[in-house]
Amino acid sequence: MTVTIFVPRDAAALALGADKVARAIAAQIEARGLDARIVRNGSRGMFWLEPLVEVRTEQGRVAYGPVKPGDVESLFDAGFLSGSGHALCLGLTKEIPFLRQQTRLTFSRCGVTDPLSLEDYRHYEGLKGLQKALAMTPLDIVKEVTDSGLRGRGGAGFPTGIKWKTVLDAPASQKYIVCNADEGDSATFADRMIMEGDPFVVIEGMAISGIATGATKGYVYIRSEYPHAIATMIEAVEIARKAGVLGPSVLGSQHSFDMEIRAGAGAYVCGEETSLLNSLEGKRGIVRAKPPLPALEGFLGRPTVVNNVMSLASVPVIMDRGAAFYRDFGMGRSRGTIPIQIAGNVKQGGLYETAFGLSLGEIVDHIGGGTATGRPVKAVQVGGPLGAYFPRALFDTPFDYEAFAARDGLIGHAGITVFDDTVDMLKQARFAMEFCAVESCGKCTPCRIGSTRGVETADKIMAGIEPEKNKALLADLCNTMKFGSLCALGGFTPYPVMSAMNHFPEDFAPVPVREAAE
Amino acid sequence: MNMRMSAAGGFGERSLEIIRELKHLEGPMLPILHAIQDEFGYIPEEVKPLIASELNLSRAEVHGVVTFYHDFRSHSAGRHVLKLCRAEACQAMGSDQVADRARQLLGIDFHQTTLDGAVTLEPVFCLGLCACAPAAMLDGDVYGRVDDQVLSEMVAEARR
Repeated sequence: MTVTIFVPRDAAALALGADKVARAIAAQIEARGLDARIVRNGSRGMFWLEPLVEVRTEQGRVAYGPVKPGDVESLFDAGFLSGSGHALCLGLTKEIPFLRQQTRLTFSRCGVTDPLSLEDYRHYEGLKGLQKALAMTPLDIVKEVTDSGLRGRGGAGFPTGIKWKTVLDAPASQKYIVCNADEGDSATFADRMIMEGDPFVVIEGMAISGIATGATKGYVYIRSEYPHAIATMIEAVEIARKAGVLGPSVLGSQHSFDMEIRAGAGAYVCGEETSLLNSLEGKRGIVRAKPPLPALEGFLGRPTVVNNVMSLASVPVIMDRGAAFYRDFGMGRSRGTIPIQIAGNVKQGGLYETAFGLSLGEIVDHIGGGTATGRPVKAVQVGGPLGAYFPRALFDTPFDYEAFAARDGLIGHAGITVFDDTVDMLKQARFAMEFCAVESCGKCTPCRIGSTRGVETADKIMAGIEPEKNKALLADLCNTMKFGSLCALGGFTPYPVMSAMNHFPEDFAPVPVREAAE
Repeated sequence: MNMRMSAAGGFGERSLEIIRELKHLEGPMLPILHAIQDEFGYIPEEVKPLIASELNLSRAEVHGVVTFYHDFRSHSAGRHVLKLCRAEACQAMGSDQVADRARQLLGIDFHQTTLDGAVTLEPVFCLGLCACAPAAMLDGDVYGRVDDQVLSEMVAEARR
């Protein structure tokens, strides 16, 4: 019988040499005349083990990693095609603690299937949600999503069902579904992983969203920094179209839905929904004032659902298993699961999907295993460049939208960057301002000018120029930006700056002038 | 138009083909600009008026869009483009040192091209490879856990 070997095609696995490993495996199969085939799957999200090679055996899939091209020959010598032992053998994939302890709903197929096999997709429960949706009225679909408690996974946490209801109720001859795949926050890669590892779930989620709201056209706006995701999504859309999942008759129904993949052009601010819409229309990615809401006047002035990749990718499982099933996970008003991305200076970096409610400390210390350098964790930034820095003292904060807000932070897109004790928090605060200055769309003054003044003020503190006065000035500036900016870029840049200043005051203290050597 | 096309050294004809192929899209501007840059390596100044007239926009509007986005170039890059991630997760793993080393190896700063035209060095804010930082991209190929050795190999590869 043909043995199946899995070598991920996820960009992070490629960045760690997966293509070379796949070639080495193919060469061994050829040289040894073996009956085996290689499937390029998505990533399981355990990046310290990538490239993670798996072999399908009678007992289940056995994992080996991290595999270097030079290890391949010895793997074959050890008989890894039958799942036998080797120094790199990790046992059954599903029993690896990092995976076993997760609740994979949105990512249930990622790393398991061939991302571009619609057959695999169907075999692992794909399209069931869409089939159920096709038998329901739009209002019932919207109600199901609303009842599930799903909130926008892009960061704002707005209830997805309510957004859909607004679009459903808006009368128009043409409505749109826009999938926001401009995942620009550092420490986030969930969107990338799902687009590369299970693209059909995004397509299915968008089709359901279209049927629920009466939109017949969808766009996925993917950042240009993700060429692999763009290529996979383009291919997946073509396959879905050929198979009748997309097109004038979705799965043979009377509903029509089709979609296109669009590439961004390297502007962080285009992750903001109104800026994204302008960019999609072919304009400068300038933020629009709200109202009008995009749900009423979005793409080309027509009613538009703008949802994050994760929100849309969570819809199929909600439709398949029901609102109550999804809602039963989580805590407070944060329902369901969240794919937490653990990154930066961390021993076990990767994607961990779990119900809301784990404490930050559990995530960083237990799941992430502390720092990669082995030094103490000094700070973690949660929510990307606009998210707050948390010190160890706040590691009891549960992973929940409201709990983070109560501590002047945000979950954002659920990315966590870990820093060891060598990090200089004043430098990080300066970087937050610098990033805002580089990426500001320029429409509103607090963001455009404030960020530049922020960099200058941080520089003065660094140089020891009137530090107390300049710290007060920086805090005042943050206040202006927070309340005076049009969107989250200027409005949230104060989070990393103020949290760095408040939680790590020692890094903002004047540095004694160093004596010149000799 | 003809004079402009000849002055543009043949950009005109091919550009018009690209524009006319894509102008039916809803919001055709970015797809057109990407296609133009894929074709010529940058957005030639001479092409802006062509896009403007085909899309019924002013030249200033086209210029405004081109200059808004980091991706679009006004000049050709080197034969290879090396992008180093400068965002937080990579910073936490020493990307600043990697950047210093790259500047030193190439003898250029960010946004510059080596004198032999081989490599353009650019910053990028996140490649989504944050759990295997520091990250880099050489042309379309991605690299994780970039250290001195990986960097030297990338530079050697680009210089070849």
